[in-house]
Amino acid sequence: MNARTYPLLATIAIFLIAYAVCYTQYPTMLSTRVIGNLLTDNAYLGIVAVGMTVVILSGGIDLSVGSVIAFSGVFIAVILRDTGLHPLIVFAALLFISTAFGAAMGGLIHSLAMPAFIVTLAGMFLARGAGYMLTIDSVPIDHPFYEAIDDAYWLMPGRGRFTLIGGIMLLSVLVGMIVAHRTRFGASVFALGGGEQTARLMGVKTGRTTVLIYAFSGFMAGLSGIVFSIYTGSGYPLATVGTELTAIAAVVIGGTLLTGGAGYVFGTLVGVMTMGLIQTYIVFDGSLSSWWTKIVIGALLLFFIVLQKGILHISQTGGARPAESR
Amino acid sequence: MSRTLLRIAPQAITLVVLVALISVVFPGFLDISISDGRLVGPAIDILKRGASVALLAVGMTLVIATRGIDLSVGAIIAICGAIAAWGITNDYSLGTTLMMAVAAGLLAGLWNGTLVAVIGIQPIVATLILMTAGRGVAQLITEGRILTFSNDQFAYLGSGDLFGIPVPALLWPVTGVLFAIAMRRTALGLLIEAVGINRRASALAGINATLLLIAVYMASGFCAALAGIITTADIRGADANNAGLWLELDAILAVVIGGNSLMGGRFSIAASLLGAMIIQTIDTGILLAGFPSEYNLVIKAGLVIAILILQSPRLGATWTYWRYALFSRQRGGATQAVREGQE
Amino acid sequence: MLLSITGLSKSFPGTRALDNVTFNLEAGEVHALLGENGAGKSTLIKCLTGAYQRDAGEILLNGQAIHPRSTNEAQDLGIGTVYQEVNLLPNLSVAQNLLFGREPLRFGMTRGRAMRAEAEETLRTYGLDIDVTRDLGSYSVAVQQIVAIARAVQLSGKVLILDEPTASLDAEEVRMIFEVVRSLRDRGLGIIFVSHFLDQVFDLTDRLTVLRNGQHIVTERTSSVDRMQLIEHMLGHQLEEVEEKARSARGSEPDARPELLRFEGLGRRGDVEPFDLRVGQGEVIGLAGLLGSGRTESAEIMFGARAAQSGTARDADGAIAIDTPRNAIAAGFGFAPEDRKTDGIVADLSVRENIILALQASRGWARPIPRSEQKRLADMFIYRLDIRTSDAEKAVGALSGGNQQKVVLARWLAMNPRFLILDEPTRGIDVGAHAEILLLIQEMTAEGMSILVISSELDELIAISDRVIVVRDRRHVAELTGADIDRDTIVRSIAAPDAADGKAA
Repeated sequence: MNARTYPLLATIAIFLIAYAVCYTQYPTMLSTRVIGNLLTDNAYLGIVAVGMTVVILSGGIDLSVGSVIAFSGVFIAVILRDTGLHPLIVFAALLFISTAFGAAMGGLIHSLAMPAFIVTLAGMFLARGAGYMLTIDSVPIDHPFYEAIDDAYWLMPGRGRFTLIGGIMLLSVLVGMIVAHRTRFGASVFALGGGEQTARLMGVKTGRTTVLIYAFSGFMAGLSGIVFSIYTGSGYPLATVGTELTAIAAVVIGGTLLTGGAGYVFGTLVGVMTMGLIQTYIVFDGSLSSWWTKIVIGALLLFFIVLQKGILHISQTGGARPAESR
Repeated sequence: MSRTLLRIAPQAITLVVLVALISVVFPGFLDISISDGRLVGPAIDILKRGASVALLAVGMTLVIATRGIDLSVGAIIAICGAIAAWGITNDYSLGTTLMMAVAAGLLAGLWNGTLVAVIGIQPIVATLILMTAGRGVAQLITEGRILTFSNDQFAYLGSGDLFGIPVPALLWPVTGVLFAIAMRRTALGLLIEAVGINRRASALAGINATLLLIAVYMASGFCAALAGIITTADIRGADANNAGLWLELDAILAVVIGGNSLMGGRFSIAASLLGAMIIQTIDTGILLAGFPSEYNLVIKAGLVIAILILQSPRLGATWTYWRYALFSRQRGGATQAVREGQE
Repeated sequence: MLLSITGLSKSFPGTRALDNVTFNLEAGEVHALLGENGAGKSTLIKCLTGAYQRDAGEILLNGQAIHPRSTNEAQDLGIGTVYQEVNLLPNLSVAQNLLFGREPLRFGMTRGRAMRAEAEETLRTYGLDIDVTRDLGSYSVAVQQIVAIARAVQLSGKVLILDEPTASLDAEEVRMIFEVVRSLRDRGLGIIFVSHFLDQVFDLTDRLTVLRNGQHIVTERTSSVDRMQLIEHMLGHQLEEVEEKARSARGSEPDARPELLRFEGLGRRGDVEPFDLRVGQGEVIGLAGLLGSGRTESAEIMFGARAAQSGTARDADGAIAIDTPRNAIAAGFGFAPEDRKTDGIVADLSVRENIILALQASRGWARPIPRSEQKRLADMFIYRLDIRTSDAEKAVGALSGGNQQKVVLARWLAMNPRFLILDEPTRGIDVGAHAEILLLIQEMTAEGMSILVISSELDELIAISDRVIVVRDRRHVAELTGADIDRDTIVRSIAAPDAADGKAA
């Protein structure tokens, strides 16, 4: 058993235990209705977290995604309001824009050799500002296509709704798993996260890989924006402020090492679901307040960061013979 | 002294140009009048509104000088504001209330500093924990409400004025000057820079790097506590959800605009304060100049990118390359210079 | 001839790292490349692997002139390298590491099973039967090294450079690696073996080449060289006159120094076995030994930079704490480390600030040294140590190596320590500065300071030391005084093979 799977196992265990605790108190928590809602409510977060996982696996960070989601919603709403274009064409245009935006940030990170943190911070301002420039109001979307999508769900046994956007999220996770764990690009991502110098020695084209990583994250943020616009039925430039941090938290709680090089995309899904579960529990409880979500998430973050640090420490010293301890 | 002036010249010039540009579009920009015995005018407004970011920038400058970063200051503002409002509504004296708020800020800094310096967690990761959980803690204190109070003495700290100048507009320059004195009139500044540039060599020279790192994060927590106090005093209430929201990013931006490298080392508090004023001038100026405030973020983004390009180590290496290539006759020497520049 | 290098030269600002060096490698041989730190081994290898571009000279591979411009290009040409620090990714699986960039694909996806089979098959030819789906980092360094060798051979396949691959391995693991290397030699590869473990060199290699100060000293069949000769070649013989002078001076001086410090049983598992050391007032103690013998570790333990697991230190007044550098400094110690760039200078700070740094740290932050006093100290040391800088405000990183070393020395002299440890104080600096630093050491001890010098240059140690401690295989094995301090005795002490110690390190 690889030591690096421990955080993933811990993530899954925490989720199952938490679910069991919820179930003992509120048996309805195990209904397909709750599960369907968990998937639907967290669809946009799950999608964007997949992109974030790849970025973090490479040792980077992308602070722009929350703004990109908001921009996407506004872009779709405004174009649909002002033109007669079909939503699918608008979606395609949007995905092109968000992917190119991510790629440009990746290019800057590589060519300027600057921390991803500060470059994507600029990207965060830019995307949010671009959203503001389109509109400062919440723009409702009332297109027949959207109504059709809203009605697109599979009624699970127990009257739970498995919605299209929930499905898109699961599909994104699947794609993310394949990209990260089963392609040469994915191997390069892990290599970058393991150490840029070594990665270069092993033949990774670091520039190209960096651009692709942030392009992937941009694409996922765009897709997440589409899903979010379907979920809310509107576009609002002030939406999803801080989603990047929620996504980062989900990735870390999902067992991915925040400094890069180790983790699983599937863990991120579990992380997102864990966070959703906490919120659902608080809703069920009624008396607990929403701020507990933040505190519990903070505690989980601390737990996973310290756990990772401990595993790193053990793998560096525990198995080492005296001769290596220098 | 002339060295200091030279160091902050780019920021000062930027600010002057910015003010001049806005004045062209909005002629009354620099007008200051007296009404009810207090100074009023856009410039005074900038000094007051920029206070929070300026205060944060002071602490953030020190943290960044050690090659760190403190993402949690916004959350600390919320915590300290909540404690201050809680204290005053529970009939503690103003002095006790302020002490509690400041103590909370120091404690938060101690937490961050311990994670970074003792446990050895990357600063961005370590401070993310408090950034996430801190607002929850603040809401725990305010019990999720906007905790309002009606203590005029406390409110004075946020909306009062001294010699006609708003108190917050006085607080940040005073804090900045005190910190600058503490850094430059003692050896702290030098020791912090040494640790930021080369922690191992500094430790071998006998510098207590661990303690210094913790102190720096505590200083950041202290500044955030001050910002939390004036924010709460100004609106006569603590809003755990929105107080100090995203100000950490503005503070980091102010430090970066101040020409302080994110890679640690040499720092200038004065330049960071000018950076904070540049940000606030853009914010206010755009509004006054009649542009929609929507442009604000895009301009900020443009500014960041421009500064990043100017600061980029790789760009510096390219410059070295060309200089070397032009003046060196040794074959292959130029690429060597670049490689060394990148290391 | 598989690989032939002639007239290879490479200079860096201030130093000539390689000077007209010749080196030949035949197919099917293991060729040792030897030399102390700064001899030019790593520069030679970097020129071969494309990490550096040579200034002059010719490299022929199978008779074809080559100019590798990057490690990957060298690899494509057939030159693969394995470093001491495994240059693979511990966070990827063994199979991923082995096949990185060459993964079997189907529809753009890697075929896990095929990859696993191929990796297992490859490693079996190296005598490794392990689970290739586990992370590389979970295996011992020896296994990682073999995987690295396997990868390098698969990618390049003509020349294999092993750069100190055994530095952190125990005897059994070294044997494993050697078996692999021998089988590769029998397959016709040319192998360059860099190591400072002479036992291993004699055990494994067919020929050896010694470099010193960037120059080619000798190339011989390993079987026709004896250990003493080899050490002579490596350590050189430069300061003959100084040595003679020093020895006559030493003869006239009775050894009756008052004791300043006494270390007892200081040690740390894996670094250096417990040792005792007595330091006399105004004495120069030389620490001789090859790289990796435990000499630097001894110094770091004495300064608290490396935690001692056992032992005490005491002076005339009783026990003193040396568990951290801060405490050691408070006890009047100073330490100029071997790696100036990473452990010594604070590059972006000025000469003045670097000089006053330790003094300021010991005074505490609240009592700054007045600017005028800082300036005076800096100017004084710039003058006294002849530090070549335009002024005291220049960043130290912009100075040459020798001047950086002088700044670090000045930092400690400003503290006026009673016991100063200098680890390779003259490495990588030019001849003039070299002599000046030796002179300075004599001046300081004349004023009563005690100094411990670690050096690879025997002549230097002989010239300045009152007493020489020889370190071998992480043990202090000999203590020489008076007339015993001569080349032959030291070299013999360093060379003596130690049957009792089974460990390679």
